[in-house]
Amino acid sequence: MSVWHFMVQNRAEVFELTLEHLWLVGISMLFAILIGIPLGILITRWPVLDKPVLGSANIIQTIPSLALFGFLLPAPWFGERADRMAILALTLYALLPLIRNTYVGIRGVDAAVVEAARGMGMTDRQLLFQVELPLALGVIIAGVRVASVISVGLATIAAAIGAGGLGEFIFRGLAMVSDAVILTGAIPAALLALLADFLLGLVEKRLQRV
Amino acid sequence: MASTGQSAIEFRNVAYQPDGSREILHELNLAVAAGETLILLGRSGSGKTTSLKLINNLVVPSRGEIMVEGRSTRSWDIIQLRRRIGYVIQEVGLFPHFTVERNITLIPRLEHWPADRIQARLKELLALVGLDPELASRHPRELSGGQRQRVGVARALAADPPILLMDEPFGALDPITRADLQSEFAALEKRLRKTVVFVTHDVREALLLGDRIALMEGGRLVALATTAEFLRSTDPLISAYVRSAGGSLHNTALGGER
Repeated sequence: MSVWHFMVQNRAEVFELTLEHLWLVGISMLFAILIGIPLGILITRWPVLDKPVLGSANIIQTIPSLALFGFLLPAPWFGERADRMAILALTLYALLPLIRNTYVGIRGVDAAVVEAARGMGMTDRQLLFQVELPLALGVIIAGVRVASVISVGLATIAAAIGAGGLGEFIFRGLAMVSDAVILTGAIPAALLALLADFLLGLVEKRLQRV
Repeated sequence: MASTGQSAIEFRNVAYQPDGSREILHELNLAVAAGETLILLGRSGSGKTTSLKLINNLVVPSRGEIMVEGRSTRSWDIIQLRRRIGYVIQEVGLFPHFTVERNITLIPRLEHWPADRIQARLKELLALVGLDPELASRHPRELSGGQRQRVGVARALAADPPILLMDEPFGALDPITRADLQSEFAALEKRLRKTVVFVTHDVREALLLGDRIALMEGGRLVALATTAEFLRSTDPLISAYVRSAGGSLHNTALGGER
């Protein structure tokens, strides 16, 4: 059976799993942004924390994804449901690019601009929200972009622990030794990754024109 | 020359030693009178920029205290203190994501001035620093170096602060633009009568713009004199500086004392 044929035949399931995939990636990116960007800001304020925080995020990144899912199985609450585990794992993986780019983006703001802002009597909050974050935004969005593309790919592994998503087809296809079934999962996943990259690339370009 | 009234700024036995480093400013005692322009003159590493930053608390003294308008910088609310002090630096430090207008009106906006007052002040400031009002909607990257520093000066003057701190503001400009801005600033000083502390390593600039000159060397104040006294001084340190400025010096100085 051809890939195309199989996809059309199972279009309802393809659609459903694509949505599930997007949901896993979307929710975990949301959490990663809510945690990673503030953490990135925090370590520019307390430089003693920068090495431990970036180091931990780095270590998480090096854990193979299947192994990470395995580690999370005994975790309370998270281990109870596959989608919770998948979202936790994807969130953890997305943290490094977000923390690092936020940190690098803010540290990269021209020192003279920061000095002038302080010297003029901007409060820490005004400095952060009116100067540092707007100027670092392009770099931060670049981090969101990298994290999103990684997440779309990694989310296929979530099917291994029964969290659903397009990985379902891939694992089913592996079991059935059917290229068509594998590709029915792999092609939409690749297209999602390209789409996320393209859309966030547009946002990034707009911001960097400033 | 300003000589009467309370000191706008006073250093009392001020020393500064960065964490884990040797002391770079020793026992500084210096008073700046309200309305005068005091030049901190010295080579790099002499402590002049550190002294300037002590005034707006960008640097915190290790010993001693700095009185601004009769109050120690330790007891001032730092934000209130800085908003009463205009600050201009060599790198200008304009906000690249803001237009000229937003750069200049930043402090009035933060202080919640009404919109019509901000607009009126903007017009006034652009005229004051000699900028075409059409530039107001541009971004800093679209300006020349000289225009940028004019915006920097306008931004520092925006909320009409009584004190102005300037750290080699014209140092990065080409010689012709620098001469233009120096003479315009000399005229501006006479009009505005603000208390100005101006850091430079350029003796000619010091003589052109200053009422008094504080010569710094190795973290110490080594001489303090009016510009006229400075030129005539027989103090070997001062005359070394005067000699270093070369032959055209007297002309410049006379020009500055018109």
